[in-house]
Amino acid sequence: MPEPVIELTGVCREFPSDPPVRALSDVDLRVEPGDYLAIVGPSGSGKSTLLNILGLLDRPSSGSYRLDGVETTELRDGARTRLRGARIGFVFQSFHLLPHRTVVENVMLAEVYGPHPRRGRRARAEQALEQVGMGHRTGFAPGRLSGGERQRVAIARALMARPALLLCDEPTGNLDSRNTEAILDLFDGLRAQGLTILVITHEDGVSARAGRRVRIGDGLLTEQG
Amino acid sequence: MDLRDLWAESLAGMLARPVRSALTTLGTVLGITTLVVTLGIAATAGNQIVGRFDELLATSVTVDVPPSSRGPLVSWDAPGELRRLRGVVSATALAQNEESSNLVVTANNLLDPTRVFGQTLAVVAAGPNLPETTHGRLLAGRFYDAGHVARHDRVVVLGEQAAAMLGITRLDHAPAVFINDRAYTVIGIIGDLRRERVLASAVLVPPTLGPDFGLKDVTRVLVATQLGAAELIARQAPLALSPSNVGELQVIAPAGPRRARDGAQDDVNGMFLILGLVSLVVGAVGIANVTLVTVMERVAEIGLRRALGAGRRHIAGQFLLESSLIGLTGGVIGASLGMAAVVGVAAVRQWTPVLDIRLALAAPVAGALVGLLAGLYPALRAARMEPVDALR
Repeated sequence: MPEPVIELTGVCREFPSDPPVRALSDVDLRVEPGDYLAIVGPSGSGKSTLLNILGLLDRPSSGSYRLDGVETTELRDGARTRLRGARIGFVFQSFHLLPHRTVVENVMLAEVYGPHPRRGRRARAEQALEQVGMGHRTGFAPGRLSGGERQRVAIARALMARPALLLCDEPTGNLDSRNTEAILDLFDGLRAQGLTILVITHEDGVSARAGRRVRIGDGLLTEQG
Repeated sequence: MDLRDLWAESLAGMLARPVRSALTTLGTVLGITTLVVTLGIAATAGNQIVGRFDELLATSVTVDVPPSSRGPLVSWDAPGELRRLRGVVSATALAQNEESSNLVVTANNLLDPTRVFGQTLAVVAAGPNLPETTHGRLLAGRFYDAGHVARHDRVVVLGEQAAAMLGITRLDHAPAVFINDRAYTVIGIIGDLRRERVLASAVLVPPTLGPDFGLKDVTRVLVATQLGAAELIARQAPLALSPSNVGELQVIAPAGPRRARDGAQDDVNGMFLILGLVSLVVGAVGIANVTLVTVMERVAEIGLRRALGAGRRHIAGQFLLESSLIGLTGGVIGASLGMAAVVGVAAVRQWTPVLDIRLALAAPVAGALVGLLAGLYPALRAARMEPVDALR
């Protein structure tokens, strides 16, 4: 049996204050390769905290997080950063495209910090853009794209480094229904290619398309059918 | 991370806001320009002054011989001996006293009521190699030589002004001048006596005619030295001229060339160097300020880069390189402007511009260093940022 992509065991995250705020309490989660998982919950439920921990942007207060079989809680900062760059592709609600760089340059940014060769980088970026149906916009500035197009560029950037996990934080939060539909179709296609996708959302329409749904509330996870 | 990527990212970051980057470089441009201009002008001017000294003053040594009751302190032959000293190019003895300084000289003995009859001029007895020693140029005729001296020939050479005052411009009819009712043939007119301007209005006579005008003893010895030999010759000349009366001879030697250069540079430098450094500091503060603002503006970008796998050192490196590039740009522009200004000033003044190649290379480096120092704090702030906070 292959190693799970994500394996959370007894993960807690407390924020120091008086009294301490427990954003996640004793969370267990297992995501297998090829899973398409939605984490749903109202704001303040601990969604962002979970995303930050899954994305190696934050450390759990206790518990274990194995990403692709690597125990991450004991890694130092540099190793976590390298693991993050190599294994996780981020898709943000607000896209996070650099406004002064062209579409293809934004996508190429994904390979700047890894051990990737410079040779052929542009070609790979163009290929990733083709994958999301944006091959015709490579030379555009992000400011000239629609929201849906921007998010597709951001997804191309996330795909560029060939991650084990696509981590999406409210990927359709800034999009209208038509663009949302297009992005969700794209996710379906990516999943069909075997990519593991984890979407954090508060929209039921988005979570309905996922294969698995996990509800988070008050720091607790409950699997839904 | 590939260094070329770091370079490309920093360059893109700097060029993302070209106007802001350009304005940010201004402080450094001003500072570096001021420094380069200050050092360049000082070097050029310093060199210029030394150059002028070199030509004449730096090679001129004068020995004053006071009158003595014990007979002449320096003989007429002594300057010849002086030439045996290494570094002496030429030496000439002169004799002049108060009595000889106000003699009535006339160009002819006709009484012409329309013209000033006689001129009061100085008569100076001088050795035959005076033109050589004083860098004088004969405008007409020739200077008397050892033969004239030995034969007691009654010949004179007029200084340029003296000739003009006497109305003597041509020598082809062998004009004569009359001094104390005795006629002397004018054989030459000498000009360009920059070293001894007073001689331009004098009547120069061979030493052997000196007694006619009460000029028996040498009163002054002019020495022309090779470049750089003046100080040495100034020490040696009295001993060579008159070994037994060294203490009585007064030597006038030029200031050392080194002092002239230092003096010139000190005058110009101090103030403008401080001004330049102040501008540099202001420039650095400007870069630090703008870089800090840029860091704060680009928090989301920093978060994104961290999410894409950028380590703290990558973030710090990028911002440091950006601020250094801004400083370097300022340095390059400043150095170019400064050098153009130095060349311009030199051209206007007809000086030879002196540009130290090390200065030209060091100025951009200094600019980059300013940028690097200014970027330290903002880069540190950017690197310390937690990705969670940066992406919020």
